Amino acid sequence: MANLEYLIAESQNDFNACVDMPALENAKAKYLGKAGALTEALKGLGKLSNEERPAAGAAINVVKQAVEAALNARREAILNAAQAQQLAQESIDVTLPARAQSQGGLHPVTLTLQRIEQLFHSIGFDVATGPEIETDFYNFTALNIPENHPARAMHDTFYVDESNVLRTHTSPVQIHYMEDKAPPLKIIAPGRVYRVDSDATHSPMFHQVEGLWVDENISFANLKGVVQDFLQKFFERDDLTVRFRPSFFPFTEPSAEMDMSWNGGWLEIGGCGMVHPEVFKHVNIDSEKYRGFAFGLGVERLAMLRYGVNDLRHFFNNDLRFLQQFNK
Amino acid sequence: MQFSENWLRTFVNPNLNSGELSHALTMAGLEVEDSQPAGAIFTHVVIGEIIEASKHPDADRLQVCKVNIGNTVLQIVCGASNARVGLKAPCALVGAALPGIAIKEAKVRGVESFGMMCSAKELGLATEASGLLELPADATVGQDIREYLSLNDHLLTLKLTPNRADCLSILGIARDVAAITGAPLNVPKITSTNITSQRTMAVLVNAPQACPAYFGRAIEGVNAQAKTPDWMTRNLERSGVHSISAIVDITNYVLLELGQPMHAFDLAKLGDHIEVRFAKAGESLVLLNDTEVKLKTDDLVIASNGGAVALAGIMGGVQTSVSDATTNIFLESAFFTPDVIAGKARRLGLSTDSSYRFERGVDFGNTLSALERATALILEVCGGKAGAITQAVTVLPTRHTVNLRYARLLSVLGISIPQATVGVLLKQLGFEYAETEAGFAVQAPSYRFDIAREEDLIEEIARLHGYDKIPAINPIANLSILDAPEAAWNKAAVAGVLQSQGYQEVVTYSFVDASWERDLMNNKNPIVLKNPIASNLSVMRSGLWGGLLDALTYNLNRKQERAMLFEIGASYFYGQEVYREEMRVSGLCHGAFQPEQWAEKSRDVDFYDVKATVDALTHGQAEYRQEGHPALHPGQSARVYLRGKAIGWLGKLHPKWLQQYALTKNTVLFELTLDDLLKTKVATYQEVSKFLPVRRDIAVVVDADLPIQTIVKAVYAAKINLLQELQLFDVYQGKGIAENKKSLAFLVLMQDTHKTLLDTEVDAVIAKLLKLLEKNFGASLRS
Repeated sequence: MANLEYLIAESQNDFNACVDMPALENAKAKYLGKAGALTEALKGLGKLSNEERPAAGAAINVVKQAVEAALNARREAILNAAQAQQLAQESIDVTLPARAQSQGGLHPVTLTLQRIEQLFHSIGFDVATGPEIETDFYNFTALNIPENHPARAMHDTFYVDESNVLRTHTSPVQIHYMEDKAPPLKIIAPGRVYRVDSDATHSPMFHQVEGLWVDENISFANLKGVVQDFLQKFFERDDLTVRFRPSFFPFTEPSAEMDMSWNGGWLEIGGCGMVHPEVFKHVNIDSEKYRGFAFGLGVERLAMLRYGVNDLRHFFNNDLRFLQQFNK
Repeated sequence: MQFSENWLRTFVNPNLNSGELSHALTMAGLEVEDSQPAGAIFTHVVIGEIIEASKHPDADRLQVCKVNIGNTVLQIVCGASNARVGLKAPCALVGAALPGIAIKEAKVRGVESFGMMCSAKELGLATEASGLLELPADATVGQDIREYLSLNDHLLTLKLTPNRADCLSILGIARDVAAITGAPLNVPKITSTNITSQRTMAVLVNAPQACPAYFGRAIEGVNAQAKTPDWMTRNLERSGVHSISAIVDITNYVLLELGQPMHAFDLAKLGDHIEVRFAKAGESLVLLNDTEVKLKTDDLVIASNGGAVALAGIMGGVQTSVSDATTNIFLESAFFTPDVIAGKARRLGLSTDSSYRFERGVDFGNTLSALERATALILEVCGGKAGAITQAVTVLPTRHTVNLRYARLLSVLGISIPQATVGVLLKQLGFEYAETEAGFAVQAPSYRFDIAREEDLIEEIARLHGYDKIPAINPIANLSILDAPEAAWNKAAVAGVLQSQGYQEVVTYSFVDASWERDLMNNKNPIVLKNPIASNLSVMRSGLWGGLLDALTYNLNRKQERAMLFEIGASYFYGQEVYREEMRVSGLCHGAFQPEQWAEKSRDVDFYDVKATVDALTHGQAEYRQEGHPALHPGQSARVYLRGKAIGWLGKLHPKWLQQYALTKNTVLFELTLDDLLKTKVATYQEVSKFLPVRRDIAVVVDADLPIQTIVKAVYAAKINLLQELQLFDVYQGKGIAENKKSLAFLVLMQDTHKTLLDTEVDAVIAKLLKLLEKNFGASLRS
């Protein structure tokens, strides 16, 4: 029996010379096909004696396995090369921009209001709303500002007729709410308010948030506590403090202006006070049993400080280049 | 209220510098909103007297002066035309820093000059001046001019709250400063004037409730042309009051000093008596400002000779006013009830120092002494002889006892303060009190109109104790979890949907241009503001599209090419004598539907793009009916219905408005009522089939104008068993389809929850469906 080992090297050479599958199949036939060298060799085993046959068969098989291994290796290499080529062809520029959709966003006043609502909600404040065209009664009288009271002149009120106004503050919501619900009460009332005033620092329409907490043992110190806690959380600054200054609002007593510490100075942030007994009287709440505090915050003011906006007018120009800065 | 700090310090002089005093006032509730130095900042200017003046050898217009400045005599070259021997004027010494000039030794046309004689302008005391500032002959040579003119002063402006009428005078502010700081109060001593004239005037008060106290006196033989003393002019001017004439200045001075408005009449022009009464119907009066006012019967007047001569507590009449020719006057000091004066000046478009004080409350304990104070000043400045005082005093307001409970004080404020300290603070405020079991029975002085109940006293104690000493304490309260209805959406969720769809939120004014309402909303009777801020912001909107279009235009003018905007806000209506508001969510898309990009072909937004937004907001539950809206394209507008209720509109902006608003690209709008969007459902589980659905596609031909929604609705309404979903996937018109027809391709999904469907069952469903379509809509199966 001739030595067939040379076939291993020879077939490997032949296979490696093939660059695609049809060529490889042809090359395979030369060794493993019906008339292939190894097939022929196996056929020749029949001519050998029983004693010789096992050893010869085993020798052929060793060669055959080696040839088959070479074939498989080459086959895989050709497939890999083909796939690699296809992948290379399918390669794209991943830095091209995505298929674009408009980026929407919320107005900074809305973002601020949502943040205020979220913070007060976390200590159980409900959100209440009320009409923007208010009667004289709700905007003034029920808030202890009778007709001809000098405080009315301070409000620069828009009138729609003799007895209806655009609300000058969100405080009337207190009255509506207390008419409907019995204490204890905890609400904030966000919304639009209106004053006849328009310049660089005043807008004829702006937003306020009114806060009201009525319970049996609420104190002026509690008011300071809640407002300070809120401002610290809102601005995410633990070192922020609140200063009260005596002031006058007909619907609260004692009344205070709230100042907030800011960059080494003080900034006016809103008005507040203990709900006036006359207000409680209008809504049939016993002011001996219950007390309450109320505060009003300017939303644009908070937004300006929070986001570093330097001009109130930006909020109402609706310039997309301004608004889109808040689309985080 | 503006005033001179130095004037205040003559009444009370705490050991605080100007800044500290301002801070103390602010923290006590008398907010100092402005503080300005009284004069320009300069140094080294003294009073000099020209003792010699000779012509400059080389200049016609200059004089070489010898100026005595007390300790020495300086040679100064001076160009002022009023420079003359004997003149006393400010002299800036070498080293002086004037506004804009530093004074050095100089040679002026060859003559040495050691200083500068100054005009008021050069010292920054006036904007214009002709010549040197001439000082009176009695001015002390060598005295620092700042001291002489009292320039080391500040003009403080208080932003007083309406309850603190008692602080509308130097005396009132001084009282509060004394209470806050503990510094002693020096009130000028006021004594009764000797009566040297027999002249009296009868006073008849016909409205005693409106005028509980009236004091008046005649003064004869005054020199109405006397010069107001400099110190008085200065204090007036530093309070923002211009000097007019000595008599008027004195009444103004007393008003500022003591808070008592006064009026001087020309006695010769009054009759034999005066009357305080309400105006008669049809009565009119020409006021000091030369305007004639028609009086109403609730206007209080001073009358004489049968007609009104002054609007009580507001303004005098021109007819009886003091003039240069006046020699005899009648001086009035009265207390008018705040409620009677309140609002009257405003009704007449007036605001006077007098009405401002009377409507807030003037100290009725001070009426007489203010008259004596003014009399003394008039006699001092204008000379004359004072007659006896006529008084008509009826029932003055009473200061009721107000109880202050110590325990309540502590619990309302949340502070601890000894009871004895509360008593001390009350005393400092000038309140009388008796101690009671619960605390204090307090009586407020006549100048306090704001102490009527316990809270008023609590506030006063808090104020004197110090608001900045109130601790910040979080409340202790009972906790309960808030309601959280799951079937309710909120505004934030709606905004979130729009944001995720690419819309940018805007906030536009609730008041709009009347033309927007007329054009876009066909609203010819909008709610009109009586006092709009501008004519184009004069009516309340009944819809939000005007504002959105305005915001769009603003951005298009700034080179934006497309925009997707939304707003959530109220719209306003009036009907049956009731105002009504409705929250709306409104959106606008303009220009290309998507930002310009490499991978997609650009196309303009259309109806169906925005319909997707409305579907998202209505959870796909909305129905659309082709209806017309004045703002919208008649063929591309739909009214939106949800659960059978009309909730808003969707459509393309009408071409005529497109043109009017100078828009060149497609603009599609929607507006929905917010409340209707907020009602959703809590989900209920329904069994999920284990068996796969069967899909069949069908194409039917129907009339071209048949709305798809009608077909789909009818099919679902028929509740065909096993039919699960009918979904349109193609609409075709054109070759092979008759002109007035269209072909609709639907995919039909069928499913059974219990078993796999047999072909026969599927065929039966399709047959039923086709039959329904044929019967209801004349549909034929497309071959």
